[in-house]
Amino acid sequence: MSATVYVPRDSSAVSLGAEAVASAITAEARRCQLDLRMIRNGSRGLYWLEPMVEVATPNGRVAYGPVTPADVAGLLAANFLTGGAHRLSLGPTDAIPLLQRQERLTFARVGIVDPVSLDDYMAHGGYRGLARALTLSGAAIVDEVTASGLRGRGGAGFPTGIKWKTVLDQSSQPKYVVCNADEGDSGTFSDRMLMEGDPFTLIEGMTIGAIAVGATEGYIYLRSEYPDALRAVNDAITGAEKGGYLGPDVCGSGKAFRLEVRVGAGAYICGEETAMLESLEGKRGMVRAKPPLPAITGLFGQPSIINNVISLASIPIILEKGGQFYKDFGMGRSRGTIPLQLAGNIKRPGLIEKAFGISLRELIYDYGGGTASGRPIRAVQAGGPLGAFFPESMLDLPLDYETLAAKGGMLGHGGIVVFDDTVDLARMARYAMEFCAIESCGKCTPCRIGSTRATEIIDAIIAGRDREANAALLRDLCDTMTAGSLCALGGLIPLPVTSALKYFPEDFGLPKVST
Amino acid sequence: MTSAARSATLGIVTEPNHSWDKAKLIAIIDELKHRPGPLLVILRRIQDELGWVPADAVPLIASELRLSRAEVHGVISFYHDFKHAPLGLNIIKLCRAESCQAMGAVALADHLKSRLGIDFGQTTSDHNFTLEAVYCLGNCACSPAAVVNGELIGRATADRLDQAISELERICR
Repeated sequence: MSATVYVPRDSSAVSLGAEAVASAITAEARRCQLDLRMIRNGSRGLYWLEPMVEVATPNGRVAYGPVTPADVAGLLAANFLTGGAHRLSLGPTDAIPLLQRQERLTFARVGIVDPVSLDDYMAHGGYRGLARALTLSGAAIVDEVTASGLRGRGGAGFPTGIKWKTVLDQSSQPKYVVCNADEGDSGTFSDRMLMEGDPFTLIEGMTIGAIAVGATEGYIYLRSEYPDALRAVNDAITGAEKGGYLGPDVCGSGKAFRLEVRVGAGAYICGEETAMLESLEGKRGMVRAKPPLPAITGLFGQPSIINNVISLASIPIILEKGGQFYKDFGMGRSRGTIPLQLAGNIKRPGLIEKAFGISLRELIYDYGGGTASGRPIRAVQAGGPLGAFFPESMLDLPLDYETLAAKGGMLGHGGIVVFDDTVDLARMARYAMEFCAIESCGKCTPCRIGSTRATEIIDAIIAGRDREANAALLRDLCDTMTAGSLCALGGLIPLPVTSALKYFPEDFGLPKVST
Repeated sequence: MTSAARSATLGIVTEPNHSWDKAKLIAIIDELKHRPGPLLVILRRIQDELGWVPADAVPLIASELRLSRAEVHGVISFYHDFKHAPLGLNIIKLCRAESCQAMGAVALADHLKSRLGIDFGQTTSDHNFTLEAVYCLGNCACSPAAVVNGELIGRATADRLDQAISELERICR
């Protein structure tokens, strides 16, 4: 009997040497004349264990990691292909505590299936959501999404069902389904992991959206920094077309849905939905004023569903198991699960899909194991480059949209970046404004000019010139940017800056004030 | 205005020998011009195949797509990926974003700049290396992250990158 071994093709795993491990296993197996079937899966998201190699045994999959090419001969000698004992053995994959404690709904198949095999997708419950959607009216599909309480996972948190209802209610044709895969926030990688590890789920979610609102064309706007995701998604689209799940007649329903990936060209702002639409139309990625709502006047001026990768990839399970099933996870007005991404200075970085409500402290200490450097945590930035810096004392905050907003932060796309006590928050605040200046589309004056002036003001503060007066000026400028910018870049970049000033004034040479 | 003069007005110092194939460019435009909203798709393909977008491509694209040259130039200049001149033989990208900063990317950037003798966005005088800053490669769980000629490197260290650079220097010689 041939052994089945899984070596991730996930780009982060490859960045740690997964490709060399795969070659070493193939070469060593050939040398030992072993019959081997190798599947290049996605990552389970336990990145401190990557490259993590798994083998199929009669009692389920067994994991080994982190594996280097030098370990391969020893692993084979220890009969790892049948789950043999070895110092790198992590035991049955499903029993790894930090995996077992997760609630994987959207990421249920990531790391498990062969990402580009339609057969494997079907064998793991794929296309059941679409099958059910095809028995429902468009309105009934939208009702199911509304009932799930799903909110936009890109960061804005707008109810997905309401967006879809707006598109459904439009009579104009054609309609589009647009997936925002321009995951530019530092500290986030869930979109990438999903597209590399289970692209069919995204395709199924988009197809359900198209069937629901009567759209016939879909675009995935993918950032150019993700070449591996591009390959995986394109291969899956080809597979779905061959299987009759995309094309002129989706599953014999008589409904057409065509899907195309478009690659961006390096512009953070194109993750903003209206800038993304402009870019898809071949223009400069300049933010559009709203109204008109993109749901009504979206891509090429037509009604368009526009959702993030994770939102769309959560649709299949909602349709398969019902909106209520999904809604039963979570807290308050944040329903379902969210893939949280632990990054920065953290001992066990990775992806943790949990119901809303887990605290930052539990996430960072219980799951993340504290800092990688072993030094104390000083600051945590939640929600990407536009998110607030929180001090260690505030880590008991539960992660949901409302709680973080009430504390002057945001959950954003679920990225959590940890810093130890060597961080200089004045430098981080300066970087935030510098980043904004580099990436501003230039439409709004407060963002275009304000970010440059703010960088200069922070430089002055760091240099010790009129600290108090410059800090007041900086706060004032942040107010103007918050109130006077069209989109989230200029509107939210003050968050990291003002939170750094508020919680870490000593880094700016300012006196500590009681808050 | 010649290509070199145009480059000069853009403030770009370039080597004179920038050969590119006009026929290839026209073929790309012809193949893609009927797609919906084709400009970015065309520029993306030109950038991917040539490694830069020659200024002389602007009037060609503009007339085929019935756009003004200003519109085409405006799109090219908006996106970081579109280069006005060929880059070095080897391209090294280093992530400057928050997660990588938390793991020492600032020191790594200083090291690379002094190792190569250039700043971000510059090419060495022998045209062997270009150093680029990038803002998130989605490899934040393995920070700091770098890309050497398309290969993503996680938990990058000065030693690891020095080794890669030395290897490439040997090949260039």
